[in-house]
Amino acid sequence: MQKSLHIDPAKCTGCLQCEMACSYENYQVFNPAKSRIKVFDFHHTGRKVPYTCTQCDEAWCLHACPVEAIKVDAATGAKVVLENVCVGCKVCTIACPFGTVNYVQDTGKVQKCDLCGGKPACAEACPTGAITYVDADWTGLEKMRQWAQKLDSQPAAGHAD
Amino acid sequence: MSWARKILRVDLTKGTCTAEPLKMDWAALYLGQRGLATKYFTAEVDPKVDPLSPANKVIYATGPLTGTMASTGGRYSVITKGPLTGAIACSNSGGYFGAELKMAGWDMIILEGKSARPVYLHIENDHAELLDAAELWGKSTWDTEAWLKKHFQDPQVRVSGIGPAGETGCLYAAVVNDLHRAAGRSGVGTVLGSKNLKAIAVRGTKGVGNVKDPAAFMKATAAAKKVLADNAVTGQGLPKFGTQVLMNVINEMGALPTRNHRDVQFDGAKDISAEAMHAPRKTDGKPNLVTNQACFGCTIACGRISKIDESHFTVVNKPQYWGASGGLEYEAAWALGAANGVNDLEALTYANFRANEDGWDPISFGATVGAVMELYEMGVLKKEQLGIEAPFGSAQALTFFADQVGKGEGFGKEIALGSKRLTAKYGHPDLSMTVKGQEFPAYDSRGIQGMGLAYATSNRGACHLRGYTVASEVLGIPVKTDPHVTEGKAGLVKAFQDATAVFDSSGLCLFTSFAWTLQDVAPQLQAACEGDWSLDNLNLVGERIWNLEKEFNLAAGLTKKDDDLPPRLKKEAAKTGPAKGLVNGLDKMLPEYYQLRGWNAEGVPTAETRKRLGTAALK
Ligand code: SF4
Ligand code: SF4
Ligand code: SF4
Repeated sequence: MQKSLHIDPAKCTGCLQCEMACSYENYQVFNPAKSRIKVFDFHHTGRKVPYTCTQCDEAWCLHACPVEAIKVDAATGAKVVLENVCVGCKVCTIACPFGTVNYVQDTGKVQKCDLCGGKPACAEACPTGAITYVDADWTGLEKMRQWAQKLDSQPAAGHAD
Repeated sequence: MSWARKILRVDLTKGTCTAEPLKMDWAALYLGQRGLATKYFTAEVDPKVDPLSPANKVIYATGPLTGTMASTGGRYSVITKGPLTGAIACSNSGGYFGAELKMAGWDMIILEGKSARPVYLHIENDHAELLDAAELWGKSTWDTEAWLKKHFQDPQVRVSGIGPAGETGCLYAAVVNDLHRAAGRSGVGTVLGSKNLKAIAVRGTKGVGNVKDPAAFMKATAAAKKVLADNAVTGQGLPKFGTQVLMNVINEMGALPTRNHRDVQFDGAKDISAEAMHAPRKTDGKPNLVTNQACFGCTIACGRISKIDESHFTVVNKPQYWGASGGLEYEAAWALGAANGVNDLEALTYANFRANEDGWDPISFGATVGAVMELYEMGVLKKEQLGIEAPFGSAQALTFFADQVGKGEGFGKEIALGSKRLTAKYGHPDLSMTVKGQEFPAYDSRGIQGMGLAYATSNRGACHLRGYTVASEVLGIPVKTDPHVTEGKAGLVKAFQDATAVFDSSGLCLFTSFAWTLQDVAPQLQAACEGDWSLDNLNLVGERIWNLEKEFNLAAGLTKKDDDLPPRLKKEAAKTGPAKGLVNGLDKMLPEYYQLRGWNAEGVPTAETRKRLGTAALK
């Protein structure tokens, strides 16, 4: 079963534990500047929105890469950058419609979310459940459950007391 | 390691920025942030210095856990000699600025001298320079941040600095970062203004990658986060209600100072409480509270984000106040509300926005307005002087003064001096509800006896964040004590003061201590930092920091007389509630406290105590 990162912005508090977990997992440093997931703070509305790669099936980044440095991880479905192949041309950063693959000055390569090989550090670190790692076919399950619960608290249809 | 091991010295007179290695032998004794900065400050600054002269210095300091995955590890402190008190001043702030400074590779910034013209400090990793702030001077903290982000074309720059209050000499001007987090108390922003330093803009992309034992650190911080999540206060109360969870509790126990401490209960408390912030408004059907928000790395998230009712008289035709911004926490809600008898939640929220925007401390401001209202009701101050009728309960007067105080306009110029100077000027010094010239926060020491001693002995003047015995006397953390008795409070206050000094020196938020003790902090420090950070040593470090601050105050000329409460709290008994008939029994607690501290009857550390802690009298 493939899993997806599922993001619920309403739960996010902007603590950036996810960003630190991501940079620590990949570079052994606490450093939001090196995180592959970014939390945006929309001050005027009070909304915070975590954002990262959605692992497209027909991944623009992968198709754009001239040296085939982006591969599919068969187990997780993640589109993974092979650092030893990447030449830092940045074409993928132009190709991705969402901006979620980015250049890293320190390494001269690009980076993007690779789902941590199936154990996403951000989801593990998030204290509020704003990021979860769930069955890819059922990312809507929790929302469905909430609506179902609302129905459950209504008087049953056609039931006459 | 976790210290960046590097400090930035900024000479504002000469306009230079120089890197220096951090004195690691001092870090071993004073940990970081509050403690370590106090060590640097007391070693470099004459205690008798005029706080607003170029010879005073300001230190921005992070802790070893700032910028790490330890929960709440994003704090920084601002240390200086305070203009409101003439004592050591040390204010702590969250938000994101502190972590950004650390991630740029700096433990501290020492600001000295005075610039000939307004400047701001720009830091990008190792690079630091002073730049012209002519265009920023006079701007609010909000506009300053927006200007700097635009100027550097970098939305990720973090900014800490002063608003108009820090420029006009308001004696309780704050340092504000990330729009609505503040090193709020004791006028640390006033000192920045006196040096012509408007702001610090920092971008750090180096991160913190040098914790001593990463595996042990991840384990220790994960375990400590679980303690926070499982605790009723830090896991549920604070995220849902913020510190405002206390409003109704403290009012019911008759310890909510009301109308300049004339009363200890406020009939309007429910209207300005956490519950009121959650309730839909009659006008627009929306609640005042929009959401909660965390500071950097914080898994509690007590922060309040509020929106003011657009039809409220304070913001009609002022769309700049219609968006979401920093809402009321308990101390501000009390100072702007109960202290003045004002129960209009939207007006308090507006005053709170103005405090962040113009950069002043809502506690000292609100408490000073309380004194003004009392003087008005006594007929000492008149409408003609004030520019408005100012009886207790007037939301109009409160917000009128909130608009004036930062810019130093009208009677706001006098309110900007704090209640000690203001009440003295009008012949009623006894009506100033202060210790060492700093206004009380939101707990009446007639109903919570230990807080009287905590206030009287606080090194930075009246303050709840130096020894929060409310935790024990009200909430039963770590053990419940009777709030109405003085017995046992001397030891309690000392224990809280010393432990707090450690929290404030580590990079962590004090609010974790609703759930954590030093026993939860020690393993996190021990995994991150070289040296001995065992529980025993941490207790000693805390005591050492407290004593060093005290030495500074003694050398600055403060004496036992300054460890006192206003006569109202010692003579006028509480009129209602469970504490009815009680005054504060400070005189019963103070001698025992001095003794437990190893100080003589005048409150001076004995030779033996100095030897034990490795401190000395300062000159
Ligand atoms: S980086 Fe962009 S294009 Fe590539 S898989 Fe992720 S979202 Fe799709
Ligand atoms: S860890 Fe969770 S709550 Fe914190 S910023 Fe990231 S998504 Fe938001
Ligand atoms: S508990 Fe509150 S003040 Fe402390 S770090 Fe968390 S959000 Fe900030």
